[in-house]
Amino acid sequence: MSTPSRLPEPYGQGGGSNLADILERVLDKGIVIAGDIRINLLDIELLTIKLRLIVASVDKAKEMGIDWWEDDPALSTRARRDELTRENAELRERIERLEQLEPTRAEEEPS
Amino acid sequence: MTGLRYVYAVCRPFDTPLQAQLTGVAGDPPRLLRHHGLIAVLSRVPERDFAEEPFHRHLEDLDWLTATARAHQGVIDALTVVTTPLPLRLGTVFRDDSGVRVMLEERGDAFRRTLDRLHGRVEWGVKVYVETETAGTSADDADSEAPADKAMSGRDYLRQRRTRVRSREEMWQQTEAFASRLHETLSGYAEDSRLHSPQNPALSGASGQNVLNAAYLVPRSDSEKFVEMVDRTKGETSGMRVELTGPWAAYSFAGEEGIR
Repeated sequence: MSTPSRLPEPYGQGGGSNLADILERVLDKGIVIAGDIRINLLDIELLTIKLRLIVASVDKAKEMGIDWWEDDPALSTRARRDELTRENAELRERIERLEQLEPTRAEEEPS
Repeated sequence: MTGLRYVYAVCRPFDTPLQAQLTGVAGDPPRLLRHHGLIAVLSRVPERDFAEEPFHRHLEDLDWLTATARAHQGVIDALTVVTTPLPLRLGTVFRDDSGVRVMLEERGDAFRRTLDRLHGRVEWGVKVYVETETAGTSADDADSEAPADKAMSGRDYLRQRRTRVRSREEMWQQTEAFASRLHETLSGYAEDSRLHSPQNPALSGASGQNVLNAAYLVPRSDSEKFVEMVDRTKGETSGMRVELTGPWAAYSFAGEEGIR
């Protein structure tokens, strides 16, 4: 064992780790097991935290060039709209393709 | 034992007792539940806080979440001192001991594989920040303009502004080069590494902008050297800050076969 003085040292208090470090790990990392109590962390609290931060400091964050949420459909109506539009276009395309296939299929599988 | 079971971690049996005053997420000391060569570390938690509906409500409360996350981490931390725990995500709750046993039974093989893989290893977090006195808010920008010549011509102003923008760009390039070099060096030494998203300063409370947020899996026995490597880079470059956290339980590497 190396560094006995360093390893057991608690790092929660003043040791450089901050709340973000802790939340990042206990909420976002670690093993996911479905317990008896159903919670969906990704849906609930990560979102809550993100939203709170954004509401608190959206202008400042933008100034600093932090705008990741704009592309995050869970957080941005614009991104969600973009995604819906994209999805919509994709679905239309698929329907068109299917419709083109339909006559062939009908020939192949006479009902 | 009444109440729900909040499970922190799974590990192999260990000899050293956990510190006596350790309390878990709801004040109950962590207990060890043995099952076929594995141990689930758990606490009793009250239904009024940890049943589905109240739990969901609590999760919206950042203060409650913070306290719970810290308590969870406190237990993992204590376990890391005496063994190699597999940390579970916050909020893994079962109705009773038998639910926990069933989980240990079902996931036992995967747990054992992961425990073997992580045995004797810890996680170190390394972050690089750009110390942005000038690249921060508009108020800072105004400050940095102020000390210059007060009666400044428009051309001088533009020239100064250009210089400032250019030096900022250079600093970003330097930082990026530094961060990727550092990551390369450290990943070369560590057994495994993960890059996480840069942290939001509102939550971390750290000054400057986070440009590298990485986790490294390092055997305990090599940790001293790893820490030295990181320490050596501190103060190597001006305008940047290197921050080391740990040793953490191998949170970032506990996923099945290390996927994440």
